[in-house]
Amino acid sequence: MDVDSSQARMAAYMRDHQDKVVGRWTELVVASLRGRSSAAEVRRELDDLYSLVVRAMSGADEQAAGELTAVLTELSGSRARNGFTPRETALGVFALKDAVYELMADAADLVPEFLAFSRMIDDLGLLTFETYASARERIIADQSAAMLELSTPVMRLWEGVIAVPLVGTLDSARTQLVMEKLLETLVATGADHAVLDITGVPTVDTEVAQHLLKTMSAARLLGAECIVSGIRPQVAQTMVSLGIEFGDIATKATLADALAHALKRNGQRIDMPGSA
Amino acid sequence: MDRVPILKIGTTLFVSIQIDLQDESVVRLQEDLADELAATGARGVIIDITAVEIVDSFIGRMLAMIGSISRLFDAETVLVGMRPAVAITLTELGLSLRGVRTALNAEKGLKLLNGSA
Repeated sequence: MDVDSSQARMAAYMRDHQDKVVGRWTELVVASLRGRSSAAEVRRELDDLYSLVVRAMSGADEQAAGELTAVLTELSGSRARNGFTPRETALGVFALKDAVYELMADAADLVPEFLAFSRMIDDLGLLTFETYASARERIIADQSAAMLELSTPVMRLWEGVIAVPLVGTLDSARTQLVMEKLLETLVATGADHAVLDITGVPTVDTEVAQHLLKTMSAARLLGAECIVSGIRPQVAQTMVSLGIEFGDIATKATLADALAHALKRNGQRIDMPGSA
Repeated sequence: MDRVPILKIGTTLFVSIQIDLQDESVVRLQEDLADELAATGARGVIIDITAVEIVDSFIGRMLAMIGSISRLFDAETVLVGMRPAVAITLTELGLSLRGVRTALNAEKGLKLLNGSA
């Protein structure tokens, strides 16, 4: 059996039944999307897609295959960005097979044609999946780059006191970045106290503590004293049960306490409200 | 071999390292410093490493050793002007130089010595 001619026959059959198939296809897709897209919107997308599938199958149109790939790539990319699941995205393509099969159930003489069609839809489904995955990966890469930029400000709190508010989990890459920025700022400002505020660090395990100690040890080599602030009750409990100790490094509950400590060390008198 | 000069200012010995440190020159510095401490009875040592761009584990260990030797002569050592890159290297090597005090620059180092004296 000639594959090309059976594809062409299938294309002709599908062109004749466009309205019915696209109608059923739209129904299936709308049901799987559970109301996140309107039926009219889906219908418009699928109508375009359907015509392209028919044109690509008929083999008469050289550009149709390329156009079909581009449209599908665009569609699954936007599905990925809008938070659809991979299943919902792939179903959008595979539902076409169901729609056509339902229509052809009584046309037993078109079996080879349907097989060729089925193989093509499988390819398109895989393509959808691939582009969906790569779109997702791109989103994740962009987000982590944005997070790395956001997460490491070093600011001057007072004459001779700088603060590093740490937000998010500390891994080696971020520690390196924080350390470099902290040390550069110490040299540039001539500060002799640095406050590491870990209010925004969700958990402190032995690895995070190790990273913190490394940073503080490097700051000490430059002649600056580090103070850790913002230790939450839960974090304190975890640290004690893990046996993490900061040695002779001062730890304070809040950034305000740490600033007061640093100023006192610099020989300035502080009157804290509520303290004697 | 380059020698690092040791300057006596009051009761403080001032060492400014302006050369690329070789193993021998650090060993030589350690010997010279011990001699000088014994001869002058200085109470403090300031080692300025602003110009030092590269350190290895040996030099890091020698700096810590100089601190320990000075303490035997009842003198305090302050390491001043370390560059960020050098500090990161020493930390990565696991050398935190616990026995040595540090300051951002020579002025602060001097203040540290006078404050503790």
